[in-house]
Amino acid sequence: MEKVSPHLLKQTFDRRMFVLGAVQGGVGLLLAARMGYIAVAENEKYQMEAESNRVNLTLIPPRRGWILDRNGSPLASNQADFRVDLIPDRMTDDRTEIATLATLLRLDEAQVADLHQKVDQSGGFQPVEVASGLSFDDFAAVSLRLPELPGVVPQRGYTRYYPTGPSVGHLIGYVGAASAEEFAEDPNPLLVTPGYKVGKDGLEKDFEQVLRGVPGARRAEVTAQGRVVRDLETREDVQGHPVRLTIDGPVQDFASRRIGLESASLVLIDCHTGGILSLVSMPAFDPNTFVGGIGRLRWEMLNTNDHIPLLNKAVRGLYPPGSTVKPMATLALQQLGVSPDERVLCPGGYRLGNRFFRCDAVHGSVDMRQAIEHSCNTYFWSMSHKYGYDAIAPTAKLMGLGQEFDLPGTSQRYGTVPDAAWKMRRYEQEWTDADSLNAAIGQGYVSVSPLQLAVMTARIASGRDLLPSLLFNRPKPLGPALPFTPEQFAVTRDGMFNVVNGSGTGRGVRIDIGGVLMAGKTGTAQVRAMAGRGIAGDWKSRDHSLFICYAPADAPRYAMSVVVEHGTFGARAAAPIARDVMTFLYDPGTAIDTLHRLETAWGGTPQQRMARDYSAFAAAQGVVVPPPRPALATTSPVDAEARLPETPAAAPAPTPAAVTAR
Amino acid sequence: MTGFALPPALRTVPWGMLVPLTALVLFGAAVLHSAAGGSMSPYAWSHLVRFAVFLTVAFGISLVPRELVQRGAYPAYGAVLLLLLGVEILGAVGGGSQRWLELGFIRLQPSELMKPTIVLVLATFFGSLSPGMMGSWRALVAPAVLIALPVGLVMLQPDLGTGLAITFGGIVVLFLSGLPLRWFIGGGLAALIAAPLAFFFLLHDYQRNRVLVFLDPESDPLGTGYHITQSKIAIGSGGIFGKGFGQGSQSHLDYLPEPHTDFVFATMAEEWGLLGGMFVLLVFGIILAWGRNISRAAPDRFSRLLAGGMTATIFFYVAINLMMVMGLAPVVGIPLPFMSHGGSSMMTNMICLGTLMMIDRWTRKGSNLPV
Repeated sequence: MEKVSPHLLKQTFDRRMFVLGAVQGGVGLLLAARMGYIAVAENEKYQMEAESNRVNLTLIPPRRGWILDRNGSPLASNQADFRVDLIPDRMTDDRTEIATLATLLRLDEAQVADLHQKVDQSGGFQPVEVASGLSFDDFAAVSLRLPELPGVVPQRGYTRYYPTGPSVGHLIGYVGAASAEEFAEDPNPLLVTPGYKVGKDGLEKDFEQVLRGVPGARRAEVTAQGRVVRDLETREDVQGHPVRLTIDGPVQDFASRRIGLESASLVLIDCHTGGILSLVSMPAFDPNTFVGGIGRLRWEMLNTNDHIPLLNKAVRGLYPPGSTVKPMATLALQQLGVSPDERVLCPGGYRLGNRFFRCDAVHGSVDMRQAIEHSCNTYFWSMSHKYGYDAIAPTAKLMGLGQEFDLPGTSQRYGTVPDAAWKMRRYEQEWTDADSLNAAIGQGYVSVSPLQLAVMTARIASGRDLLPSLLFNRPKPLGPALPFTPEQFAVTRDGMFNVVNGSGTGRGVRIDIGGVLMAGKTGTAQVRAMAGRGIAGDWKSRDHSLFICYAPADAPRYAMSVVVEHGTFGARAAAPIARDVMTFLYDPGTAIDTLHRLETAWGGTPQQRMARDYSAFAAAQGVVVPPPRPALATTSPVDAEARLPETPAAAPAPTPAAVTAR
Repeated sequence: MTGFALPPALRTVPWGMLVPLTALVLFGAAVLHSAAGGSMSPYAWSHLVRFAVFLTVAFGISLVPRELVQRGAYPAYGAVLLLLLGVEILGAVGGGSQRWLELGFIRLQPSELMKPTIVLVLATFFGSLSPGMMGSWRALVAPAVLIALPVGLVMLQPDLGTGLAITFGGIVVLFLSGLPLRWFIGGGLAALIAAPLAFFFLLHDYQRNRVLVFLDPESDPLGTGYHITQSKIAIGSGGIFGKGFGQGSQSHLDYLPEPHTDFVFATMAEEWGLLGGMFVLLVFGIILAWGRNISRAAPDRFSRLLAGGMTATIFFYVAINLMMVMGLAPVVGIPLPFMSHGGSSMMTNMICLGTLMMIDRWTRKGSNLPV
């Protein structure tokens, strides 16, 4: 082995020092190359990333298009408000932050629980609305504490506003923050922008693209913590297009409120155009309370209500039409050659084989007009036994029963107009005479919607094949005249006229407003098997109360159907509602007096009653909710009261509320 | 030296290193000014003041005679080791890790002092070891213990970056001392095997995480990888000429973490671009070359090893920091010498420079010690 000497060590040192120097130089070159690569070759990429760090692009949700009634008054508008949202993904400490917000915004327990639930359920990116309609002070308080509240976004924006609330709930639907599924279906960044609401139901949903508008954009320089350093530039939003409906706002409001405590629906059609003036299902939800997301408690309350406020019964409720189909049946019989003067003896019922079908009364000898007037079942049993229901069913369909109509924003159920072929298809059973008897008086297999009843009434009244429409100035083309002679129509209309104005079942609801008279037909539909009239007992087993009518009787303009669930006799529950709505059309003052008297007895307007119910429901669940915010003191041109000539709000000019709302 | 005459006291000053260094420190102050949002406080002023103070200290060190350094090496090593132990005990008593001693006027980080001290003590050891012993195991065991003691204490703190720096400084001295090459190759192989084991059993979770994220920064863009990603964005978006003084959005809008300490180079690169980066690399290149030249010219074994070790210590700081900010090394928390804001790093690096100036002076005096 070589002897290690100082000289040798010096040589080794020099050699190794050279190696070290080479390593250091190599690292230096590597660093220079690396930096050159990042700063030159990848410069563009990193510049973009730095820019996307620096600039925060916020979409400004566009103001949603208004939904107008036939007179151009808003049924749905927007109100400027202050709002606070939060984005769960960006929060660092859910519990503390929500607790802070709850203190700052004075949220109650139920709201905090809702908030936690929404944060847990949201897709993370999905903004959750904490509160809207805030005062400027609350808004400022949250804005000041933003540094300790990552993920919390205070916003100035607009909230959807429905002046008549529950009156238009089912008709218009409601809006809400887009769900993860909705975003997956329509991956538009606007949908996840805090404050943007999509139509969730009804017309709001169907006309989403029309109402949406074009979002504005706000570019701001932000720090890593999200604090805005300065605004760069802003593009204004473009408001969505309005949608104008055939609905008459005040009539819709009046009809909704007049239903009162009942579970009922009402459809009012313009006999000239087929335009729907009112499409009402009550009780309903107040779409205003859904705007900020549907609270857990509120949802529970609506779901547990046996009056099913979440179902649009006007288009989705199916009921046996009962005697309301009798006028239609007389058209069918006349077409089959039955003379209107042919008489049938009613001994108080009709014997079929060994069964006896009991009529409501002993009517004696009745002709066709009297059969309608007194709603004599025996007459129709006898006739349908003779001709068979298969001869009547085509007319029922022709008049609109069992049909689906092309109406936006509605998801209709079309029910059943039975015949032999249908029964064979459905049950693989032969049609029996008993089936014919039941169907002839609107029982048994027959089920129809209130909308269909209104269309039927409008077709009887106008004599034309008119189709219902909802969009103003875009009526469906009227079909040809129906295959009945004017004389045949006259017989049927005479019968209906006498129901109200003669000694018929509807004589209690007669009106005469400056010569305007009403014709109609009552109906009482059995819920249980045919075992006598269900007028007592628990609510659920009582008969449905129906009424169809039109006015003026001599030159029909308005056709209406009213169905009151479990309201017992048609004349008792449904007919008075129809009478008051008809009265409202011709004499609003009287009708509103009646309504105000009734509402005093019922405990206020639907909104007031719902607010009270909600507090009570919450209390029963052990949750304290703050007293509801007082409704806006402004009147709206779509309130029923707007029709009163002496009320300033009736003036067609925009009210102050309409000016602030955009 | 013939054209104009400097006063004798200034003739020995290494202007070739000092002028670029001062330029770098001033440049650093400018970057710190920007990192503070366009203000001399709190970073830039104290940076300059510290430089002035420690430059004076460095000149002081440069006057120390050789014998005193050699005689003081072991006691100094013992003292710093005791300080490290003290920190460890204080930490254990106080509950939790602690890296510094509060001495009232200064917050002393003994692990920083250990970086030059380990070089000093090893240079002393090998300087006095007879050349014939170099191949024996004793030439390895004593230095290994000298390195292992402080590194163990520092790793316990836990401070991975400083631990590695001390190890690196020590090993470079061993390498230069002429220990058989096969030991380094063997040690390197052993390290290759030990590294995965250490990774899984010795490192703390956060350290392990940093290594993992370094290997794939995009895997965690908002967590630990955030540092590396944002640093690369800052450097990359600067381009060739930079965004201009005070115009860096990454640092000014807080996207860049630690813009005044560990990531000061990224702050600089965003505003001064590739040109600024090349300037910084150039100055470090000049300083390190100056150090290597002193080492090569040094008259004796002890001085050579001391100078080489000090140069390597500075190099380690620079290399690891720059590799870290450019995404070539994990985030280990080592500042950039002469640019990052921080007293301890300035102190250590100025001690290293002072030592080099001292050796330079010994060489110029013309030592007659055996080569």
